[in-house]
Amino acid sequence: MSNALKDLLFKMADDALIIGHRNSEWTGIGPMLEEDLAFSSMAQDKIGHAQALYKILNEVLGEADADTLAFKREEKQFKCCQLVEQPIGEYDFSIVRQFLFDHAELIRYDMLTQSSFQPLAQLAKKVKGEIKYHVMHADTFVKQLGKGTEESKARMQSSLNYAWHFALGIFEKSEFENELISENIFAGEEELKKRWLEKITPIIEAATLKVPVTDESKIIYGGRKGFHSEYLKPLLDEMCEVVRTDIDAEW
Amino acid sequence: MYGSTNLSEEDAKRMNSTVEDPEKLEAFESRIARGEKIEPQDWMPVEYRKQLIRMIEQHAHSEIVGALPEGTWITRAPNFRRKLALIAKVQDEIGHGQLLYSAAETLGKTREEMLNDLLNGKSKYSNVFNYPAKTWADIAVIGFLVDGAAIVNQVINSKGSYGPYCRALERICYEESFHLKQGHDNVVYLATGTKHQRAILQDAINRWYVPLLHFFGPPDKMSAHSEKLMKWKVKLASNDDMRNQFLDQYVPKIWELDITFPDPNLKKNNDGIWEFSDPDWNEFKRVINGGGPCNAERIAVRKFAEEAGRWVRQALMNPTEKYVVPLA
Ligand SMILES: [Fe+2]
Ligand SMILES: [Fe+2]
Ligand SMILES: [Fe+2]
Repeated sequence: MSNALKDLLFKMADDALIIGHRNSEWTGIGPMLEEDLAFSSMAQDKIGHAQALYKILNEVLGEADADTLAFKREEKQFKCCQLVEQPIGEYDFSIVRQFLFDHAELIRYDMLTQSSFQPLAQLAKKVKGEIKYHVMHADTFVKQLGKGTEESKARMQSSLNYAWHFALGIFEKSEFENELISENIFAGEEELKKRWLEKITPIIEAATLKVPVTDESKIIYGGRKGFHSEYLKPLLDEMCEVVRTDIDAEW
Repeated sequence: MYGSTNLSEEDAKRMNSTVEDPEKLEAFESRIARGEKIEPQDWMPVEYRKQLIRMIEQHAHSEIVGALPEGTWITRAPNFRRKLALIAKVQDEIGHGQLLYSAAETLGKTREEMLNDLLNGKSKYSNVFNYPAKTWADIAVIGFLVDGAAIVNQVINSKGSYGPYCRALERICYEESFHLKQGHDNVVYLATGTKHQRAILQDAINRWYVPLLHFFGPPDKMSAHSEKLMKWKVKLASNDDMRNQFLDQYVPKIWELDITFPDPNLKKNNDGIWEFSDPDWNEFKRVINGGGPCNAERIAVRKFAEEAGRWVRQALMNPTEKYVVPLA
């Protein structure tokens, strides 16, 4: 059971850390000061979630401490999905990614409040409350920009089309799927994906945008098994730049 | 000099020649003398309004441009604690910008006009942000000493006469006290850390020493005086006084850590006045006028943000949804 749990916690923590990193890149360059502040808040929350998940790995499952797990692992040890690794791009991509990712996060944590693994169930209750605001933020902007000007609508649709097959990669199953379900730890990626589609479809339609057509062969998997896009390695190099200058130092 | 209170010669001349209604002016000045605050709807001299806009606007620009050098280190911060603290800190600075733009708007200039003037060079920001943050130690030194210098300036200005600016500054100073604590903690970790950590700290101090002396503006004997700005409580302390207060508070805290400043003449005299070598005021002028190592880069980043975000702002002109801010 402990390998299944570790796999689940690592992928969630890595997702949160990497999307938090990307969110933080908007600091100082947002389309308006309010959005700098919003992405900065979300970055803090997400990085905080990652830290809390690594802490469970450390305290309950015997892994290294949170700083070591975040700053001293190799690229192939990361289990994040490729959606979160992608560069921030322009604002339309970032907001669409935030929308697709955070809806999945909210549902995932909601499901996890029922988990038989108590430390995670406890954390899920707290995290859910924060992600609710991230989702509200994303919904507002998706609707507003979808219905805004001709340009904003076109940008949103094209980013949605582009992000879509990455987003479906969030739900890549692990080898522990059945075990997680039968042990009542987590109700599974399939269930999560179903609920996610039900939730976001009406919002996309309310934004007068089209839900992209899915082609199973185009879905971008791999992240959960340690296969990443070209963007993760440079991101990690940047994240670990200071640590690596003096690996034994306390910062 | 977050918001510069130094007048150009032209300004100083105009200031002494603009004629105001003597009765109103007298009432205004006696309110200030009694320690009352001036509020947006109150009568105020044309020059008072003008100088305040200039000063608050520069202060606001300093906050958002100041977020840039530190912002580039968020993604590189070496552990969770420092990373979270730095994101929150830079976020605060942008929040300060937002607060100050609102304070300046009460005087009749819109945020958009101010941001345009930042980009077209009509309006300035603090010189100190035209220097690069080269290593992680720069983040420690900025957090401790640049924020420390800013606090000296802001605490003094919060005793000024314009209500909205004073109130904004009070809130800002409260948040700044956390930045200072974090900055000091970061400096102490480096100073008491490995050889490498001490070396990058010393190097950062060496590079920031002169920009920090420049921060408070030219020496009093070199700058255009304005009795009026003092009387109107727009300017509350001289550049030299602020600089001296800063040195007095912070130099001993660095020396304590066995770190030095690159100036053999830096010392406190018996009369409490600090002495230091002349920090090349021509360099200061050169940087203010665009010749610093990062002026072009800072403005280019702000321009990029303005341009890349235009379509978003346009699409939000006719809002149909309620804006939701995620809190952290
Ligand atoms: Fe500030
Ligand atoms: Fe600050
Ligand atoms: Fe915050």
